[in-house]
Amino acid sequence: MIKIENLSKDYRTIQALKGINLHVREGELFAYLGPNGSGKTTTIKILTGLAYPTAGDAYVHGYHVVKETLEAKKQCGLVPQTFNLDHELTVHENLDIHGRLFHMPASRRAARIDELLAYVDLAERRHSPVKQLSGGMKRRVMVARALMHAPRILFLDEPTVGLDPTIRRRIWSLVKKIQQNGSTIFLTTHYIEEAEFLAERVAFLDDGRIVALDTPQNLMARLGVWALDEIVDGNMETTFFRSREEANRHLGRQQGGFTLRRVNLEDVFLAVTGKKVGP
Amino acid sequence: MRGCLAVYRRELLILKKKLLKQTASMSVSPLLYLVAFGLGMGQGVQVEGRSYMEFLIPGLIAMSSMIQAFAIASEINIARFYWRIFEEFQAAPIRNIAYVTGEVLAGITRALLAVALIIVIALLSGVALSYNLYFWLAVVLNSFLFASLAVGLAMLVKSHADQALLTNFFITPMAFLGGTFFPVDRMPPWAQQVLNLLPLTHAAKTIRSAAFGLEPAASSYLLLAGLGIGLFVLAFLCVNRARE
Repeated sequence: MIKIENLSKDYRTIQALKGINLHVREGELFAYLGPNGSGKTTTIKILTGLAYPTAGDAYVHGYHVVKETLEAKKQCGLVPQTFNLDHELTVHENLDIHGRLFHMPASRRAARIDELLAYVDLAERRHSPVKQLSGGMKRRVMVARALMHAPRILFLDEPTVGLDPTIRRRIWSLVKKIQQNGSTIFLTTHYIEEAEFLAERVAFLDDGRIVALDTPQNLMARLGVWALDEIVDGNMETTFFRSREEANRHLGRQQGGFTLRRVNLEDVFLAVTGKKVGP
Repeated sequence: MRGCLAVYRRELLILKKKLLKQTASMSVSPLLYLVAFGLGMGQGVQVEGRSYMEFLIPGLIAMSSMIQAFAIASEINIARFYWRIFEEFQAAPIRNIAYVTGEVLAGITRALLAVALIIVIALLSGVALSYNLYFWLAVVLNSFLFASLAVGLAMLVKSHADQALLTNFFITPMAFLGGTFFPVDRMPPWAQQVLNLLPLTHAAKTIRSAAFGLEPAASSYLLLAGLGIGLFVLAFLCVNRARE
Protein backbone atom coordinates (compact mmCIF):
# COMPACT_ATOMS: atom_id res chain seq x y z
CA MET A 1 0.00 0.00 0.00
CA ILE A 2 2.90 2.34 0.88
CA LYS A 3 6.35 1.52 -0.42
CA ILE A 4 9.37 3.69 0.35
CA GLU A 5 12.79 2.98 -1.16
CA ASN A 6 15.99 4.76 -0.11
CA LEU A 7 14.09 7.99 0.51
CA SER A 8 16.16 11.04 1.38
CA LYS A 9 15.30 14.68 1.86
CA ASP A 10 17.68 17.59 2.33
CA TYR A 11 16.63 21.07 3.47
CA ARG A 12 19.63 23.28 2.62
CA THR A 13 21.87 22.50 5.62
CA ILE A 14 19.74 19.80 7.23
CA GLN A 15 19.41 16.19 6.08
CA ALA A 16 15.88 15.40 7.27
CA LEU A 17 15.66 11.84 5.85
CA LYS A 18 18.65 9.59 5.27
CA GLY A 19 17.67 6.67 3.05
CA ILE A 20 14.39 5.39 4.49
CA ASN A 21 13.03 1.97 3.40
CA LEU A 22 9.53 0.98 4.45
CA HIS A 23 6.54 -1.10 3.39
CA VAL A 24 3.09 -0.55 4.91
CA ARG A 25 0.50 -3.21 4.17
CA GLU A 26 -3.09 -2.66 3.07
CA GLY A 27 -5.51 -2.16 5.98
CA GLU A 28 -2.65 -1.77 8.47
CA LEU A 29 -2.50 0.83 11.22
CA PHE A 30 1.12 1.80 11.13
CA ALA A 31 2.73 4.17 13.63
CA TYR A 32 5.79 6.22 12.85
CA LEU A 33 7.35 7.20 16.13
CA GLY A 34 10.16 9.59 16.88
CA PRO A 35 11.15 12.78 18.68
CA ASN A 36 10.49 16.23 17.22
CA GLY A 37 12.69 16.86 14.19
CA SER A 38 13.31 13.17 13.50
CA GLY A 39 11.73 13.33 10.01
CA LYS A 40 8.18 12.09 10.65
CA THR A 41 6.36 15.05 9.10
CA THR A 42 8.84 15.22 6.22
CA THR A 43 8.02 11.61 5.32
CA ILE A 44 4.28 12.39 5.34
CA LYS A 45 4.81 15.53 3.28
CA ILE A 46 6.64 13.57 0.60
CA LEU A 47 4.03 10.78 0.58
CA THR A 48 1.16 13.26 0.22
CA GLY A 49 2.81 15.42 -2.44
CA LEU A 50 3.56 18.43 -0.24
CA ALA A 51 7.32 18.11 -0.60
CA TYR A 52 9.70 16.63 -3.14
CA PRO A 53 12.22 13.97 -2.12
CA THR A 54 15.89 14.69 -2.75
CA ALA A 55 16.54 11.04 -3.65
CA GLY A 56 14.77 7.69 -3.62
CA ASP A 57 11.24 6.63 -4.52
CA ALA A 58 7.91 6.39 -2.78
CA TYR A 59 4.65 4.81 -3.92
CA VAL A 60 1.14 5.02 -2.53
CA HIS A 61 -1.21 2.30 -3.74
CA GLY A 62 1.22 1.65 -6.61
CA TYR A 63 1.46 5.28 -7.78
CA HIS A 64 4.79 7.07 -7.71
CA VAL A 65 4.40 10.18 -5.55
CA VAL A 66 6.38 12.40 -7.94
CA LYS A 67 5.88 10.88 -11.39
CA GLU A 68 2.17 10.11 -10.90
CA THR A 69 1.46 12.77 -8.33
CA LEU A 70 -2.21 13.47 -9.18
CA GLU A 71 -3.19 9.79 -9.04
CA ALA A 72 -1.11 9.31 -5.89
CA LYS A 73 -2.83 12.28 -4.20
CA LYS A 74 -6.27 10.80 -4.91
CA GLN A 75 -5.33 7.79 -2.77
CA CYS A 76 -4.39 9.90 0.26
CA GLY A 77 -6.31 11.69 2.98
CA LEU A 78 -4.22 13.98 5.18
CA VAL A 79 -4.79 15.28 8.68
CA PRO A 80 -1.81 17.61 9.19
CA GLN A 81 -0.28 18.42 12.54
CA THR A 82 -1.35 22.07 12.50
CA PHE A 83 -4.98 23.12 12.17
CA ASN A 84 -5.50 24.11 8.55
CA LEU A 85 -9.23 24.60 8.29
CA ASP A 86 -10.73 27.72 6.75
CA HIS A 87 -11.74 29.54 9.91
CA GLU A 88 -14.02 31.97 8.09
CA LEU A 89 -16.03 29.12 6.58
CA THR A 90 -18.48 26.73 8.20
CA VAL A 91 -17.83 23.04 8.83
CA HIS A 92 -20.03 22.17 5.84
CA GLU A 93 -18.26 24.65 3.55
CA ASN A 94 -14.84 23.29 4.51
CA LEU A 95 -15.89 19.76 3.64
CA ASP A 96 -17.64 20.86 0.47
CA ILE A 97 -14.57 22.72 -0.84
CA HIS A 98 -12.45 19.64 -0.14
CA GLY A 99 -14.93 17.48 -2.10
CA ARG A 100 -14.75 19.91 -5.01
CA LEU A 101 -10.94 19.87 -4.94
CA PHE A 102 -11.11 16.08 -5.23
CA HIS A 103 -13.57 16.33 -8.17
CA MET A 104 -16.56 14.84 -6.34
CA PRO A 105 -19.94 15.45 -7.98
CA ALA A 106 -22.45 17.57 -6.02
CA SER A 107 -24.82 14.72 -5.09
CA ARG A 108 -21.96 12.59 -3.74
CA ARG A 109 -20.54 15.53 -1.80
CA ALA A 110 -23.83 16.23 -0.06
CA ALA A 111 -24.37 12.59 0.93
CA ARG A 112 -20.77 12.15 2.07
CA ILE A 113 -20.86 15.30 4.23
CA ASP A 114 -24.01 14.04 6.01
CA GLU A 115 -22.44 10.63 6.51
CA LEU A 116 -19.10 11.94 7.81
CA LEU A 117 -20.52 14.57 10.13
CA ALA A 118 -22.63 11.85 11.75
CA TYR A 119 -19.52 9.63 11.86
CA VAL A 120 -17.45 12.21 13.75
CA ASP A 121 -20.45 13.24 15.83
CA LEU A 122 -20.63 16.80 14.56
CA ALA A 123 -23.87 16.75 12.57
CA GLU A 124 -25.34 19.53 14.70
CA ARG A 125 -22.35 21.79 14.07
CA ARG A 126 -22.46 21.61 10.28
CA HIS A 127 -23.35 25.30 9.89
CA SER A 128 -21.05 26.55 12.65
CA PRO A 129 -18.08 28.64 11.54
CA VAL A 130 -14.91 26.69 12.27
CA LYS A 131 -13.61 29.54 14.44
CA GLN A 132 -16.38 28.74 16.96
CA LEU A 133 -15.29 25.11 17.47
CA SER A 134 -13.09 23.69 20.22
CA GLY A 135 -9.69 22.13 19.44
CA GLY A 136 -11.08 18.58 19.63
CA MET A 137 -13.98 19.45 17.32
CA LYS A 138 -11.62 21.06 14.81
CA ARG A 139 -9.50 17.91 14.81
CA ARG A 140 -12.60 15.80 14.14
CA VAL A 141 -13.60 18.12 11.28
CA MET A 142 -10.09 17.66 9.86
CA VAL A 143 -10.48 13.88 10.06
CA ALA A 144 -13.90 14.12 8.34
CA ARG A 145 -12.42 16.36 5.67
CA ALA A 146 -9.56 13.94 5.03
CA LEU A 147 -12.09 11.11 4.63
CA MET A 148 -14.37 13.10 2.27
CA HIS A 149 -13.05 11.55 -0.95
CA ALA A 150 -12.86 8.05 0.59
CA PRO A 151 -9.05 7.75 0.43
CA ARG A 152 -7.36 4.37 0.58
CA ILE A 153 -4.72 5.68 2.97
CA LEU A 154 -5.25 8.12 5.81
CA PHE A 155 -2.19 10.03 7.01
CA LEU A 156 -2.51 11.34 10.55
CA ASP A 157 0.35 13.63 11.51
CA GLU A 158 0.37 13.97 15.31
CA PRO A 159 -3.45 13.90 15.40
CA THR A 160 -3.78 14.44 19.14
CA VAL A 161 -1.01 16.94 19.79
CA GLY A 162 -2.20 19.70 22.11
CA LEU A 163 -5.48 17.96 22.96
CA ASP A 164 -6.53 17.04 26.48
CA PRO A 165 -6.55 13.34 27.50
CA THR A 166 -10.33 12.93 27.18
CA ILE A 167 -10.43 14.34 23.66
CA ARG A 168 -7.29 12.34 22.80
CA ARG A 169 -9.06 9.08 23.68
CA ARG A 170 -12.06 10.13 21.62
CA ILE A 171 -9.80 10.67 18.61
CA TRP A 172 -8.21 7.24 19.22
CA SER A 173 -11.66 5.60 19.13
CA LEU A 174 -12.36 7.40 15.87
CA VAL A 175 -9.04 6.23 14.38
CA LYS A 176 -9.79 2.62 15.41
CA LYS A 177 -13.25 2.90 13.85
CA ILE A 178 -11.78 4.20 10.58
CA GLN A 179 -9.31 1.33 10.44
CA GLN A 180 -12.03 -1.23 11.15
CA ASN A 181 -13.80 0.12 8.07
CA GLY A 182 -10.83 -1.04 5.97
CA SER A 183 -8.62 2.05 5.63
CA THR A 184 -4.85 1.91 5.84
CA ILE A 185 -3.64 4.38 8.45
CA PHE A 186 -0.20 5.92 8.67
CA LEU A 187 0.11 7.68 12.00
CA THR A 188 2.95 9.81 13.30
CA THR A 189 3.13 10.54 16.96
CA HIS A 190 5.47 11.16 19.83
CA TYR A 191 2.94 9.90 22.35
CA ILE A 192 4.11 6.40 23.25
CA GLU A 193 0.75 5.29 24.63
CA GLU A 194 -0.94 6.38 21.41
CA ALA A 195 1.27 4.09 19.33
CA GLU A 196 0.92 1.23 21.83
CA PHE A 197 -2.86 1.50 21.88
CA LEU A 198 -3.45 1.99 18.16
CA ALA A 199 -0.66 0.53 16.07
CA GLU A 200 -0.22 -2.93 14.62
CA ARG A 201 3.37 -2.14 13.68
CA VAL A 202 5.67 0.63 14.76
CA ALA A 203 8.73 2.18 13.12
CA PHE A 204 11.11 4.19 15.29
CA LEU A 205 12.63 7.12 13.49
CA ASP A 206 15.69 8.88 14.80
CA ASP A 207 17.70 11.56 13.05
CA GLY A 208 16.20 10.72 9.66
CA ARG A 209 16.75 6.95 9.91
CA ILE A 210 14.49 4.03 10.86
CA VAL A 211 16.20 2.42 13.83
CA ALA A 212 13.62 -0.28 14.67
CA LEU A 213 10.51 -1.68 13.04
CA ASP A 214 8.18 -4.40 14.35
CA THR A 215 4.93 -4.95 16.24
CA PRO A 216 4.79 -3.14 19.60
CA GLN A 217 4.68 -6.53 21.35
CA ASN A 218 7.80 -7.83 19.59
CA LEU A 219 9.69 -4.59 20.15
CA MET A 220 8.89 -4.59 23.87
CA ALA A 221 9.59 -8.33 24.19
CA ARG A 222 13.18 -7.64 23.11
CA LEU A 223 13.74 -5.99 26.49
CA GLY A 224 11.52 -8.11 28.72
CA VAL A 225 8.12 -7.77 30.36
CA TRP A 226 8.80 -5.81 33.56
CA ALA A 227 10.84 -2.68 34.04
CA LEU A 228 12.23 -1.52 37.36
CA ASP A 229 13.09 2.18 37.65
CA GLU A 230 15.40 3.01 40.53
CA ILE A 231 17.71 5.81 41.55
CA VAL A 232 21.33 4.68 41.65
CA ASP A 233 23.95 7.23 42.70
CA GLY A 234 21.52 10.05 41.87
CA ASN A 235 20.73 8.73 38.37
CA MET A 236 17.62 6.92 37.23
CA GLU A 237 18.39 3.44 36.01
CA THR A 238 15.99 0.95 34.50
CA THR A 239 16.44 -2.82 34.68
CA PHE A 240 14.34 -5.21 32.61
CA PHE A 241 13.04 -8.61 33.64
CA ARG A 242 11.43 -11.50 31.77
CA SER A 243 9.07 -12.34 34.66
CA ARG A 244 7.54 -10.83 37.77
CA GLU A 245 9.34 -13.44 39.89
CA GLU A 246 12.70 -12.39 38.51
CA ALA A 247 11.82 -8.77 39.28
CA ASN A 248 10.68 -9.70 42.79
CA ARG A 249 13.96 -11.48 43.46
CA HIS A 250 15.81 -8.32 42.48
CA LEU A 251 13.43 -6.22 44.60
CA GLY A 252 14.24 -8.33 47.63
CA ARG A 253 17.69 -6.74 47.65
CA GLN A 254 16.26 -3.18 47.17
CA GLN A 255 16.59 -0.57 49.88
CA GLY A 256 15.75 2.81 48.18
CA GLY A 257 12.77 4.05 46.18
CA PHE A 258 11.76 2.21 43.01
CA THR A 259 8.90 1.74 40.54
CA LEU A 260 8.05 -1.60 39.02
CA ARG A 261 6.00 -1.34 35.82
CA ARG A 262 5.40 -3.01 32.46
CA VAL A 263 7.94 -2.42 29.69
CA ASN A 264 6.69 0.19 27.18
CA LEU A 265 7.76 1.49 23.79
CA GLU A 266 9.54 4.42 25.41
CA ASP A 267 11.94 1.89 26.98
CA VAL A 268 12.55 0.35 23.58
CA PHE A 269 13.22 3.72 21.97
CA LEU A 270 15.54 4.69 24.81
CA ALA A 271 17.40 1.40 24.52
CA VAL A 272 17.80 1.75 20.74
CA THR A 273 18.71 5.43 20.54
CA GLY A 274 19.63 6.59 24.02
CA LYS A 275 16.97 9.32 23.64
CA LYS A 276 13.41 9.85 24.84
CA VAL A 277 10.58 10.01 22.28
CA GLY A 278 8.50 12.63 24.06
CA PRO A 279 9.21 16.36 24.05
CA MET B 1 -11.21 22.89 -14.61
CA ARG B 2 -13.08 21.56 -11.54
CA GLY B 3 -9.99 22.19 -9.41
CA CYS B 4 -9.84 25.79 -10.63
CA LEU B 5 -13.53 26.29 -9.83
CA ALA B 6 -13.02 24.83 -6.34
CA VAL B 7 -10.21 27.32 -5.63
CA TYR B 8 -12.30 30.16 -7.08
CA ARG B 9 -15.37 29.12 -5.08
CA ARG B 10 -13.40 29.16 -1.85
CA GLU B 11 -12.22 32.72 -2.53
CA LEU B 12 -15.78 33.77 -3.43
CA LEU B 13 -17.09 32.30 -0.17
CA ILE B 14 -14.48 34.24 1.80
CA LEU B 15 -15.33 37.41 -0.13
CA LYS B 16 -19.05 36.84 0.47
CA LYS B 17 -18.50 36.45 4.23
CA LYS B 18 -16.61 39.76 4.34
CA LEU B 19 -18.60 41.55 1.64
CA LEU B 20 -19.79 44.47 3.75
CA LYS B 21 -16.36 45.12 5.23
CA GLN B 22 -14.71 44.68 1.84
CA THR B 23 -17.15 47.00 0.10
CA ALA B 24 -16.62 49.67 2.73
CA SER B 25 -12.86 49.22 2.57
CA MET B 26 -12.78 49.32 -1.25
CA SER B 27 -14.80 52.55 -1.26
CA VAL B 28 -12.66 54.52 1.22
CA SER B 29 -9.62 55.34 -0.96
CA PRO B 30 -11.51 56.28 -4.15
CA LEU B 31 -13.89 58.44 -2.11
CA LEU B 32 -11.00 60.22 -0.40
CA TYR B 33 -9.21 60.83 -3.71
CA LEU B 34 -12.42 62.07 -5.31
CA VAL B 35 -13.08 64.48 -2.47
CA ALA B 36 -9.48 65.66 -2.06
CA PHE B 37 -8.35 65.80 -5.67
CA GLY B 38 -11.64 65.94 -7.55
CA LEU B 39 -13.77 68.29 -5.48
CA GLY B 40 -11.01 70.08 -3.57
CA MET B 41 -7.96 70.57 -5.75
CA GLY B 42 -9.52 69.92 -9.15
CA GLN B 43 -12.53 72.27 -8.88
CA GLY B 44 -12.64 74.34 -12.07
CA VAL B 45 -9.54 72.63 -13.47
CA GLN B 46 -9.67 71.35 -17.05
CA VAL B 47 -7.45 68.46 -18.22
CA GLU B 48 -7.37 67.38 -21.87
CA GLY B 49 -10.49 69.43 -22.45
CA ARG B 50 -12.54 67.75 -19.70
CA SER B 51 -13.31 68.48 -16.05
CA TYR B 52 -10.76 67.07 -13.60
CA MET B 53 -13.43 64.78 -12.13
CA GLU B 54 -14.00 63.24 -15.56
CA PHE B 55 -10.25 62.83 -15.95
CA LEU B 56 -9.77 61.45 -12.47
CA ILE B 57 -12.47 58.75 -12.36
CA PRO B 58 -11.03 56.50 -15.12
CA GLY B 59 -7.62 56.86 -13.44
CA LEU B 60 -9.12 55.78 -10.13
CA ILE B 61 -10.76 52.82 -11.90
CA ALA B 62 -7.37 51.76 -13.29
CA MET B 63 -5.73 52.22 -9.90
CA SER B 64 -8.42 50.46 -7.86
CA SER B 65 -8.61 47.51 -10.24
CA MET B 66 -4.84 47.18 -9.93
CA ILE B 67 -4.87 47.42 -6.11
CA GLN B 68 -7.79 45.04 -5.61
CA ALA B 69 -6.51 42.47 -8.11
CA PHE B 70 -3.11 42.61 -6.41
CA ALA B 71 -4.77 42.26 -3.00
CA ILE B 72 -5.43 38.59 -3.78
CA ALA B 73 -1.77 38.16 -2.79
CA SER B 74 -2.68 39.08 0.80
CA GLU B 75 -5.54 36.57 0.82
CA ILE B 76 -3.18 33.88 -0.48
CA ASN B 77 -0.59 34.74 2.13
CA ILE B 78 -3.11 34.67 4.97
CA ALA B 79 -4.21 31.24 3.70
CA ARG B 80 -0.60 30.13 3.32
CA PHE B 81 1.19 31.46 6.38
CA TYR B 82 -1.62 31.95 8.89
CA TRP B 83 -4.33 29.36 8.23
CA ARG B 84 -2.07 26.93 6.30
CA ILE B 85 -4.83 26.26 3.80
CA PHE B 86 -2.32 26.28 0.95
CA GLU B 87 -1.37 22.76 2.12
CA GLU B 88 -4.94 21.66 1.47
CA PHE B 89 -4.64 22.85 -2.14
CA GLN B 90 -1.21 21.27 -2.51
CA ALA B 91 -2.44 17.91 -1.24
CA ALA B 92 -5.40 17.92 -3.65
CA PRO B 93 -5.16 16.28 -7.09
CA ILE B 94 -5.30 19.57 -8.98
CA ARG B 95 -2.74 20.94 -11.38
CA ASN B 96 -0.78 24.08 -10.59
CA ILE B 97 -2.43 25.84 -13.50
CA ALA B 98 -5.86 25.16 -11.97
CA TYR B 99 -4.73 26.71 -8.70
CA VAL B 100 -3.26 29.79 -10.40
CA THR B 101 -6.34 30.23 -12.61
CA GLY B 102 -8.68 30.02 -9.61
CA GLU B 103 -6.73 32.63 -7.67
CA VAL B 104 -6.36 34.94 -10.68
CA LEU B 105 -10.11 34.74 -11.32
CA ALA B 106 -10.68 35.65 -7.67
CA GLY B 107 -8.36 38.65 -8.09
CA ILE B 108 -10.24 39.78 -11.19
CA THR B 109 -13.57 39.41 -9.35
CA ARG B 110 -12.35 41.62 -6.50
CA ALA B 111 -11.14 44.19 -9.03
CA LEU B 112 -14.47 44.21 -10.87
CA LEU B 113 -16.30 44.72 -7.60
CA ALA B 114 -14.08 47.72 -6.80
CA VAL B 115 -14.64 49.14 -10.30
CA ALA B 116 -18.42 48.73 -9.93
CA LEU B 117 -18.26 50.70 -6.66
CA ILE B 118 -16.35 53.58 -8.30
CA ILE B 119 -18.85 53.65 -11.16
CA VAL B 120 -21.67 53.98 -8.62
CA ILE B 121 -19.78 56.77 -6.84
CA ALA B 122 -19.17 58.48 -10.21
CA LEU B 123 -22.85 58.24 -11.15
CA LEU B 124 -23.83 59.66 -7.77
CA SER B 125 -21.36 62.51 -8.35
CA GLY B 126 -23.03 63.28 -11.65
CA VAL B 127 -20.07 62.24 -13.81
CA ALA B 128 -21.26 60.39 -16.90
CA LEU B 129 -18.68 58.29 -18.74
CA SER B 130 -18.98 55.58 -21.36
CA TYR B 131 -18.71 52.09 -19.90
CA ASN B 132 -18.47 50.29 -23.21
CA LEU B 133 -16.89 47.00 -24.29
CA TYR B 134 -13.45 48.64 -24.81
CA PHE B 135 -13.64 49.98 -21.27
CA TRP B 136 -14.44 46.59 -19.71
CA LEU B 137 -11.85 44.80 -21.83
CA ALA B 138 -9.15 47.19 -20.55
CA VAL B 139 -10.35 46.79 -16.95
CA VAL B 140 -10.30 42.97 -17.19
CA LEU B 141 -6.84 42.92 -18.83
CA ASN B 142 -5.46 45.27 -16.16
CA SER B 143 -6.95 43.10 -13.40
CA PHE B 144 -5.68 39.91 -15.04
CA LEU B 145 -2.17 41.35 -15.25
CA PHE B 146 -2.00 42.43 -11.61
CA ALA B 147 -3.78 39.33 -10.25
CA SER B 148 -1.23 37.16 -12.09
CA LEU B 149 1.62 39.26 -10.68
CA ALA B 150 0.06 38.91 -7.21
CA VAL B 151 -0.20 35.11 -7.38
CA GLY B 152 3.39 34.78 -8.61
CA LEU B 153 4.80 37.04 -5.90
CA ALA B 154 2.64 35.39 -3.22
CA MET B 155 4.33 32.09 -4.09
CA LEU B 156 7.81 33.59 -3.81
CA VAL B 157 7.57 35.56 -0.57
CA LYS B 158 8.54 33.90 2.68
CA SER B 159 6.33 35.91 5.02
CA HIS B 160 3.41 38.30 5.16
CA ALA B 161 5.82 41.16 5.90
CA ASP B 162 7.68 40.52 2.60
CA GLN B 163 4.38 40.87 0.79
CA ALA B 164 3.78 44.28 2.38
CA LEU B 165 7.25 45.38 1.22
CA LEU B 166 6.47 44.41 -2.37
CA THR B 167 3.26 46.42 -2.22
CA ASN B 168 5.18 49.44 -0.95
CA PHE B 169 7.85 49.20 -3.64
CA PHE B 170 5.77 48.25 -6.69
CA ILE B 171 2.11 48.99 -6.25
CA THR B 172 2.06 52.26 -4.28
CA PRO B 173 4.52 54.12 -6.62
CA MET B 174 2.62 52.85 -9.65
CA ALA B 175 -0.70 53.98 -8.17
CA PHE B 176 0.56 57.56 -7.97
CA LEU B 177 2.77 57.72 -11.07
CA GLY B 178 0.87 55.57 -13.57
CA GLY B 179 -1.32 58.33 -15.02
CA THR B 180 -3.98 58.11 -12.35
CA PHE B 181 -3.99 61.71 -11.13
CA PHE B 182 -2.25 63.58 -13.95
CA PRO B 183 -1.53 63.09 -17.66
CA VAL B 184 1.86 61.44 -18.07
CA ASP B 185 2.41 63.67 -21.17
CA ARG B 186 2.92 66.65 -18.86
CA MET B 187 6.01 65.10 -17.29
CA PRO B 188 9.54 65.81 -18.62
CA PRO B 189 10.50 63.52 -21.54
CA TRP B 190 12.84 61.35 -19.45
CA ALA B 191 10.09 60.81 -16.86
CA GLN B 192 7.58 59.99 -19.58
CA GLN B 193 9.93 57.30 -20.87
CA VAL B 194 10.19 55.76 -17.42
CA LEU B 195 6.47 56.01 -16.67
CA ASN B 196 5.57 54.47 -20.02
CA LEU B 197 7.30 51.32 -18.82
CA LEU B 198 4.64 50.93 -16.11
CA PRO B 199 1.69 48.74 -17.07
CA LEU B 200 -0.67 50.99 -15.10
CA THR B 201 0.21 53.95 -17.36
CA HIS B 202 -1.10 51.98 -20.34
CA ALA B 203 -4.12 50.70 -18.42
CA ALA B 204 -5.04 54.23 -17.28
CA LYS B 205 -4.64 55.63 -20.82
CA THR B 206 -6.71 52.83 -22.34
CA ILE B 207 -9.46 52.91 -19.72
CA ARG B 208 -9.61 56.72 -19.97
CA SER B 209 -9.86 56.71 -23.78
CA ALA B 210 -12.61 54.08 -23.68
CA ALA B 211 -14.49 55.94 -20.94
CA PHE B 212 -14.33 59.14 -23.02
CA GLY B 213 -15.89 57.27 -25.94
CA LEU B 214 -12.68 57.32 -27.98
CA GLU B 215 -11.18 54.26 -29.63
CA PRO B 216 -8.16 53.24 -27.51
CA ALA B 217 -4.88 52.20 -29.14
CA ALA B 218 -4.82 48.50 -29.98
CA SER B 219 -1.14 48.41 -28.98
CA SER B 220 -2.07 49.14 -25.36
CA TYR B 221 -4.45 46.16 -25.27
CA LEU B 222 -1.78 43.95 -26.82
CA LEU B 223 0.78 45.15 -24.29
CA LEU B 224 -1.54 44.53 -21.33
CA ALA B 225 -2.56 41.11 -22.67
CA GLY B 226 1.03 40.07 -23.48
CA LEU B 227 2.38 41.16 -20.12
CA GLY B 228 -0.59 39.53 -18.37
CA ILE B 229 0.01 36.20 -20.10
CA GLY B 230 3.73 36.41 -19.29
CA LEU B 231 3.02 37.04 -15.60
CA PHE B 232 0.40 34.26 -15.56
CA VAL B 233 3.01 31.79 -16.88
CA LEU B 234 5.48 33.05 -14.27
CA ALA B 235 2.88 32.58 -11.51
CA PHE B 236 2.33 29.02 -12.71
CA LEU B 237 6.07 28.35 -12.59
CA CYS B 238 6.32 29.86 -9.10
CA VAL B 239 3.77 27.49 -7.49
CA ASN B 240 6.27 24.66 -7.24
CA ARG B 241 8.73 26.98 -5.51
CA ALA B 242 6.23 27.42 -2.70
CA ARG B 243 6.47 23.69 -2.02
CA GLU B 244 9.23 22.55 0.29
